[in-house]
Amino acid sequence: MRERWETVIGLEVHAELSTASKIFCGCSTAFGGEPNTRCCPVCMGLPGTLPVLNEKVLEYAVRAGLALHCEIDRETRFDRKNYFYPDLPKAYQISQLYRPIARNGYVDIVADGAEKRIRIHEMHMEEDAGKLVHSEFERVTYPDYNRAGTPLLEIVSEPDFRSSAEVLAYLEKIRSLFTYMGISDCKMQEGSMRADVNLSVRPMGETAYGVRTETKNINSLRAIEHAIESERSRQIHVITNGGKVIQETRRWNDDLKTSVPMRSKENAPDYRYFPEPDLPAIHISEAFLQAARESLPEFAEERQARFVKEYGLPENDAARLVARRETAELFEAVVAQGAGAHSAANWLVVHVPHVLKTLSESAEDAHPDASELAELIRRTERGEISRPDALKVLGALLSAETPFGVADYIRENGMAVENDESALEDAVRRVIAANPKAVEEYRSGKTKAIGFLIGQAMKELKGKSAPATVHERMEAALREPPSVTA
Amino acid sequence: MGQFVTEIRPGGAIAVDDTIQVKGYETKAGSRILEGFQPLFGAEAVERLEKAGYEIAGKTAVGEFGLDLLGEFSHSGATLGASGGLRGAAAELAAAGTVKGALCADLNGAPRRAAALSGVGFVKPTYGTVSRYGLIPCACSGEQIGVMAKSAGDMRGLLEAVAGHDPKDGTSLPTESYDYADGKAVSEMRVGVVKELTDAASDGARAKVQAQADALRGLGVAVGEVSLPLADAARTAWNILLCAETCNNLSRYDGVKFGYRSPDYRNIDELYVNSRTEGFNFLTKAVILYGSDVLSKGRYFACYDKALKVRRLVWEQSKALFENYDALLCPACGKTEYQPYDIKEAFGAVFAESFYTAIPNLTGFPSVVCGGVQLIGDALQDGRLLNLAEALEGGAAK
Repeated sequence: MRERWETVIGLEVHAELSTASKIFCGCSTAFGGEPNTRCCPVCMGLPGTLPVLNEKVLEYAVRAGLALHCEIDRETRFDRKNYFYPDLPKAYQISQLYRPIARNGYVDIVADGAEKRIRIHEMHMEEDAGKLVHSEFERVTYPDYNRAGTPLLEIVSEPDFRSSAEVLAYLEKIRSLFTYMGISDCKMQEGSMRADVNLSVRPMGETAYGVRTETKNINSLRAIEHAIESERSRQIHVITNGGKVIQETRRWNDDLKTSVPMRSKENAPDYRYFPEPDLPAIHISEAFLQAARESLPEFAEERQARFVKEYGLPENDAARLVARRETAELFEAVVAQGAGAHSAANWLVVHVPHVLKTLSESAEDAHPDASELAELIRRTERGEISRPDALKVLGALLSAETPFGVADYIRENGMAVENDESALEDAVRRVIAANPKAVEEYRSGKTKAIGFLIGQAMKELKGKSAPATVHERMEAALREPPSVTA
Repeated sequence: MGQFVTEIRPGGAIAVDDTIQVKGYETKAGSRILEGFQPLFGAEAVERLEKAGYEIAGKTAVGEFGLDLLGEFSHSGATLGASGGLRGAAAELAAAGTVKGALCADLNGAPRRAAALSGVGFVKPTYGTVSRYGLIPCACSGEQIGVMAKSAGDMRGLLEAVAGHDPKDGTSLPTESYDYADGKAVSEMRVGVVKELTDAASDGARAKVQAQADALRGLGVAVGEVSLPLADAARTAWNILLCAETCNNLSRYDGVKFGYRSPDYRNIDELYVNSRTEGFNFLTKAVILYGSDVLSKGRYFACYDKALKVRRLVWEQSKALFENYDALLCPACGKTEYQPYDIKEAFGAVFAESFYTAIPNLTGFPSVVCGGVQLIGDALQDGRLLNLAEALEGGAAK
């Protein structure tokens, strides 16, 4: 059946910037920590304190704006947004309304097999609030200001999305751009990327927008999908039953997979924005802008195309390699250290994820040394170590606290396949001489007897030769006519 | 006699008003809402004074957040002169010689009025020259810590000790330190008497301006009359900005983290509302309401944004005068005596008086009060104003 309703979605994405210190003071931005241990009089909003802009935040914001193809406001400034909430120590948030750092950009995405351009309305800098910890035992709430003052970018899209697949592709694209620039982790589970969904529905073919709602508190990609589907169904249900969607803010409850109204348009707070008098307007010089332009990395798409062209990789492998900047860089480093491109790609898209999975470690936490990984790949390619042993070494490499040498590890653990020709020949000859009965059996057609002989030879060689090579040599030796002993 | 809100430290020399934090002293900014607040750090200006070898005498009473005329609505009570008229606490102590000087915050002219009434000097320095770090913030786009002292020489010394770039204050100008000696001879200076401000003042206040204008002429200064047609708009604009910024800066006093918390609440909204209702006085509440209004949706562009444009125009109009004049001369306050009055009248009374003091707050230009009048100069010409003040002192002594 042809779809009768069109969904129209606009997104407000918050990305936490990964600067070492907060936006207006010197406190650490590290995630977690004992409550209220990563804050100071400035981010606690104590009277007498003043904000001083962390220039790194401006630098990151300009890079982000450029990556999103925005116009950068060369005379940007901050505004104060007023509301009372115990997690907001000053009762105002330093944000940007009138002169945001970036406007009028776009992001190109591919969703449902089609390319699409999502327009960015504006992107601005702001400080994060603290968080409230509700006691499980008493009716008490404790504010924790560790997160207060963490720098955020808010990216406001135009209502250009028509499906959750497009929304997910867009979020993935932003994550890729930001992680490639190293300006944000964009981890939804840690809250370093969050999204609010503005959604309305309209009959297919209608050009006017329907009444929209905003859904907040969505903390994972999966939850975004659920929230979009739920809100779309709810609105269609309201309309088809003769009701009207009201403009309101809703809160997503991920346990119940449903949203509840938070406040209507009538109760919408008046944030009483005004220019932040404690921070002078910021003039962005041409030199600053130029440095930001030059600092932009080769992003995932360009890099993927280059991998296909330069290394002859299949499109699919290249795509998997560039999904994370670290993986893409590791690939190139490993190849530069002498590993074959195809093997390196295979190791990084197949073996590494597989081994990480058995170690139950995430890719973010594993940083194998490129030259050691290259060494391991080279040795495996040359048959100097058996594949099961190679994967053991990889496991050690990925879980190692401190770097170690692959060559030493292989030697110390007796994994080296020596392929010492004379030792091999000697061993085969000795085994044949010492086991006439088995040799006789083999030659009389009981070819299974070779297994025993190979086993004996392997024992003599202490496993230092590849079983396949031993098999080959043993077979050749047995095929020779029995030596005539003088 | 002006009051200390704390004990006088023996041998102390400089008083600090209670909107400026001094480590080890409860800081209430004249308000119940900050009851029990112990600052974690001292104001940069105070630290610099101590580093320069000055001793802190103690803290003096101020009107709640420095918003009233002369400290009459301080939580610690008003200061009255011998005549029964209102006086500023720090100015009275300086006049009596109990302290050598004082650091006072100027957001709507209170220390300038106080200095004029007690016959001492006060300099509200160029915006951005003295760090605001550690000043309880209200009208941050125009408030400055200034210095009060009997003589221009003492004001110069104190100001040199506290002024200079502070990386902790984003609005602090980059100059590391200032030398307030000014090379220009007083006899080569030109001073303009601001017609609008002088005409509006009481006979007594106007007579003081005329007397000082005559004294300047006696020193060889060319004195003329100038017009600042935007003076009235400047007052309105500054009060809009002041109310908006103060309203917003006072939002942090919510009873959650420090200061006064109402004992009577059942939920977070009641905690906010009751703490603030009981903690702020009537004048502060009026400022908060006006401030909320001018920032509200639909009013922002008509009020706040327009006030920002007026700020620019007043700055340009004043700047044009400074092309020809070294200083503008005008009253520091409209009257020569103020009697205690009902707090319900305070918002109007302060608005009326801020006519004389608003321009330096609005534009950031420096202002020096001496001999009961006010001199306003171009940005960073604080030294030149102090030279004029010094010459007037000498002239008066002769």
